[in-house]
Formats: sequence, C-alpha cells, structure tokens
Amino acid sequence: MKSYLSLSRAMLIGLFRDKTTLFFTLLFPLMFLVIFGAIFGGGSDTKPGKVIEIGDVAVLDNMAKADPDALKDLLEITKSSDEADAKQQVASGDAAAAIKQDGQTVTIYYSAADRTQAGIVTGILSGIVENTNLEMLKAAAPGTPTIAVTTDQVEDKALKPIQYLTPGLLGWAISMSGVFGAAMTLVTWRQKKTLRRIRLAPVSVGAVVGARVGNTLLLALIQMTVFLLVASLPFFGLTLTAFWWMAIPCVLIGALAFLAIGLLVGAVSKTSESASGLANLIILPLAFTSGSFFPLSQMPDWMQKISYVSPLRYLNEAMLDVMVRGEGPAAVLPNLGVLVVFGIVVGFIATRLFRWDDV
Amino acid sequence: MSVSIRVTDVRKSYGDVRAVDGVSFEVNSGEFFGILGPNGAGKTTTLEIVEGLRQSDTGGVELLGESPWPRNPKLLPRIGVQLQGTAFFERLTAREQLHTFGSLYGVGPKRADEMLELVGLTEKAGTRVEKLSGGQAQRLSIACALVHDPELVFLDEPTAALDPQARRNLWDLLRAINETGRTVVLTTHYMDEAELLCDRVAIMDHGKILKIDTPAALVRGLDAPTRISVDSGNLSAADVTRVADGVAEVADDGAILTFTTRDPSTVLTALAEARVLNGLQVRGATLEDVFLELTGREYRA
Ligand SMILES: Nc1ncnc2c1ncn2[C@@H]1O[C@H](COP(=O)(O)OP(=O)(O)OP(=O)(O)O)[C@@H](O)[C@H]1O
Ligand SMILES: [Mg+2]
Repeated sequence: MKSYLSLSRAMLIGLFRDKTTLFFTLLFPLMFLVIFGAIFGGGSDTKPGKVIEIGDVAVLDNMAKADPDALKDLLEITKSSDEADAKQQVASGDAAAAIKQDGQTVTIYYSAADRTQAGIVTGILSGIVENTNLEMLKAAAPGTPTIAVTTDQVEDKALKPIQYLTPGLLGWAISMSGVFGAAMTLVTWRQKKTLRRIRLAPVSVGAVVGARVGNTLLLALIQMTVFLLVASLPFFGLTLTAFWWMAIPCVLIGALAFLAIGLLVGAVSKTSESASGLANLIILPLAFTSGSFFPLSQMPDWMQKISYVSPLRYLNEAMLDVMVRGEGPAAVLPNLGVLVVFGIVVGFIATRLFRWDDV
Repeated sequence: MSVSIRVTDVRKSYGDVRAVDGVSFEVNSGEFFGILGPNGAGKTTTLEIVEGLRQSDTGGVELLGESPWPRNPKLLPRIGVQLQGTAFFERLTAREQLHTFGSLYGVGPKRADEMLELVGLTEKAGTRVEKLSGGQAQRLSIACALVHDPELVFLDEPTAALDPQARRNLWDLLRAINETGRTVVLTTHYMDEAELLCDRVAIMDHGKILKIDTPAALVRGLDAPTRISVDSGNLSAADVTRVADGVAEVADDGAILTFTTRDPSTVLTALAEARVLNGLQVRGATLEDVFLELTGREYRA
C-alpha cells in the first residue's frame, strides 16, 4: 500500500512537471472544444436569406407594414429596379432569390447553386403569398373555417452543437490521456531503466499498474471538470440534463478501458516514438468513427456500423444519454457493461505481455 | 563463515556473443568482492544474472540460500543494487527520488535524508535528476541502492565518473558498510580501488574468470621484477653499467633512469653508495600488472 502510494506520487509529480503531456491531455482537447464551439456557435441561428425585391411587390410590402419584425427575422430584403441586375446577383449567389409582382402574378427567381438556401427562401416567400391569399379569401367569405399551422423546432434544444461536442470531445480527451498516459509511462520507464530498478525493489506489478490507474482516473476527473466548466460558460451555453452526474462513473470506466489499451500499446512498443505512433493510429480512427467530432446520426450508414467495434462509441453514447439527452441513470448500463468487458479483456492481454525489461 | 553468493558454471549468450561463458565463484558473507575486467568482459551480465535481472542460459545461482530467478520478492529487501548507468524516476528531485525509493522498501524520509547527506548531495536535494552532473547522479544512484540498509550490496562501477574526493568518500562509505558485516560486490576498472577495498578479486575476460584470489596473492603470483627509477643525468654511463652489473636491465628516457631487477637490494645499495637517490621511486608489481598480464594490452571492442 505504501509503495503503491509513493509510486503514485512519483508518477503524479512527474506528470505535473511534464508541460508537454499536460498540454496534450488538458489544453489540446479544450482547444478543439473552444474552436468547434465558436464555429458552430449556438447552431440554430441561421442568417436570414437575402432577397431582392424588383420594383414594388405588394405582398411583401403589406406584410412588412403588418409585422415588420417577423419579416426581418426571416428575410433580408433589398430593393432594386433593375431586373437583369437582380437576376445576375441571384445567379452569382450574392442573393438567395429575387421576387417581382405583375398584378396577380408573383415570380420568384432562384438559383440551384445553393439549393438549401434557395429552398428556404422560396418556401418563406410562397408562405407569404399563400397567407395573403388566405387573408383575401377570409375577407371575401368571413366565417369559413381555416386551418392554421404552427411550427416548433425541437432538435434545436436537444442537439445544439455544444451539446454533442462536449461529451464527444470529452470522450476523445479521455481516450487520449488514457492511452497515451499508460503507454508512455510503461515505455519511458522501461527505456530509462526505471522499471528495471523498481523490479529490484519489493514492489508488485500490481502496484506499478495501480499507480498508473490512480493517475489516469484523477486526470479523467480533472478533464471532465474543466470541460464542463468551460462548456457551461454563457458563450458556449451547455445545458446539462438532470442525471448528468452519472457521467462521472462513465468517465471513470471509460478511462480504465482506454488505460487498458495504453498498457497494451506500452507492452508491445519498444520506443516512445513507436508507442505514440501506435497510440495515434488507434485513437484517431476511433475518434472519427465514434461521434466525437460529429454526431453519429450524421455519419454514413457504414460508419455507424463500424462504430459498434469502437469502445469510444460506448463512452460517448453513455455520456450523451445522461448529460444532454436527459435519460435516467440506468440508460448508461449497457454501454458501461461493454466498456467493462472490453477493459477486462484488453487489460488481461496487456498484463500477459508486460515486460520489465527490453532484453 | 557462510556463503552469500554461490555461482556455478553460469553461461549466457547473446546470439553469437558468449557474454558469460562458464563462470563459477563464491562470495562469503561479510566479504568485499571485486570483479575486474576490460570492457565487454561480461562483468555487468554476470552481476545482473546474480541479481536476478537476467536469466542465465545454464548454470545455477544461489543468493542468500535462494534462487534469484524468477523474480524473488523474498530476496529483494535484502539486496541493494546500483545499476551501471543510472535509473531514476523522471523529473523528480534528488530528495524526492530517495524518498520514493526509500518508501518502496518501507524506509522513512529521515533515513533517506541521511543518505543524501552521506553521499554529499544535501545541497542538490531540490535539483531534478536530469539536471545533476554525471558524478552527482552516480552518487544519488548509490544512495538509492543503500537506502534500505541491505545485507548484500551490488555496485556496478560505482566510482566511474566520480572526482577524487568523491571517490575517496565513497571508499570510506563502502568500507564502513562492509565493516558492519554487509557483503559488498563491485565491478571496477580501477586497480588501486580493487587493491585497497577488496578482500578478493576475480579477473574476468571474454566471459570467463581467469583468476580469483586476494590482491596480494595475485601480485605475488605474478612474480614480476621491481622497477627502480631515479632522475637521470646524475650517473655517468660507466656508473650505470657498474650499478646494473648483470642484475638489472636499464632504460633511460632522458628524464628518468629505470632499473628493472629481481634483486632490488643490490641495485638500491649501489645507488645509495653513489649518492644518486634524487627522485627515487621503487615500484613492485601492482594489480594493474596482473591485469595486463592476464588480459593483454590490446583494445577491446
Ligand atoms: N542486451 C544485450 N544484447 C546483446 N549483447 C549484449 C547485451 N548485453 C551485453 N551484451 C554483450 O555481452 C558482452 C558482455 O557485456 P557486459 O555488459 O557484461 O560487459 P562489461 O564487462 O560489463 O563491460 P563494461 O566494462 O564496458 O561495463 C559484450 O560483448 C556485450 O556486447
Ligand atoms: Mg558493465
């Protein structure tokens, strides 16, 4: 016990004096959070589409008079009297659409270059025209029942980018520090003959590995705290759901599973260069196929299937469930179960391959 | 007297290299035992097999009555090892290093600080191991080997890289340890060190032990002539011939005149009568002569 503690302490001091490792385990993933968070921002605030009004378009002008704010949110309208120039602007993508009205006919010009934007804008414009028609019909035949549509965007609340970025990038950060930490400790301690020297002291392999386990768990909790604090800043606006604290066991168990991979990498690598190469070779594909950078649901079908063999998928899914999807504590159990089994199997292989020495 | 280490016909090959090629020796408890040999002789390999860091291909090792291989936790607290080339925890200071090693053996920080003082590193207590000089690191490594007061101490070239003061201080320390009944085994390239410290030395080359004996017996066994030298230029050529007179060979390099003889009394008396003893030096054979005689003078790979 005593030797376990002093090994942990030695490892921890070594870690905190190693600025490079600290950067890569704490700051580097956080940089991704800040950059991705800033790029995707609040996510839902799409800019109003640009529309050129050719001459006077009564339907727009009436609506602008009736409810100017509503229109401003939807469309950014500029006036023009030059039809050819307006069409040219649409064609070159400077405006999403141009609109003109000849008596009872409203014409919308759009370009297929940006289909999404064109679709949105033409949709809005058609809606406005329909609305005008409806008003006219109502005025002509009062009392006729009409059907009104109200819309409410739901995924906006559930999947604002920061909501999936935080658990995803945290999962990636934990996998990195778990794999690199364990692999590097094993390899550099072996290279520098520290392991050889420890071997001559009455210390068990368990104490050496245990010290690394303690360090990894502590680091994972620090990573989680830092991530949650930064993501909850008003600028990023992460909102956690009721059982977010269930993410703590997820983080710990996930860290152990990746530590097992790290022990395996450390056991088979001879130099720190080959260990870090191998660790990267494992983590990067995992991060891309497990929804760490992009939500899994936006991934092609085959990639979603591949993700089932990635331990990171189970960690990310478990954290998403309790941190942002509002699921109960029991929801994480299947995912955690997979991680536990994975960790035990890989960890067992790693201890079989453990070497004190290079020769 | 009981036997601390018993090595019987140990062999170890690395591919074609027969690093240890049939080595047998015994070290009694309380003995100060030295292994001498040129680079690549197999000293480190032998020591590491005895310590239980390596497995021999064939042959047996018994350490304090037990086998050191496979890793024998019962044995570990009783032996202290300083490896050739230092082995530390990264980025720890000298004091933290010793405290860590100490607590691996259940030794408190007070004893660790004493060890630091004993090897003269108190001033460097707060320095990280990476920033220690070669000799300071070497001293720290020795302190780490001794921190738990082991009954059997292995030191692989402990005084390599040490300055003359540190070397002498370490000799005192090792002698003191040995006097309290601990067994010490060291390897060295310094003949004076071996002659001064060791009860017995083994001279090793090409993986084999060539001779084991006390330093004095080894020197005696060499039966080498004595070299007597004085400042040259004080004796005429005729006098030189008269002094040598069939009992000595003469060499004169212009500064020093050397007589090599098996009858030192006659030569010395003749020189004294001629009153030309300025710069007199008399050298009998040393362990170094034994070493060179046994292992030859050419460089080793
Ligand atoms: N791990 C190894 N792999 C291959 N060959 C080795 C290994 N270790 C030692 N050798 C070889 O075994 C021989 C003996 O080496 P050893 O280190 O025991 O010599 P030594 O007597 O300690 O030399 P030195 O005085 O330079 O420390 C050398 O020829 C060396 O090249
Ligand atoms: Mg050696």
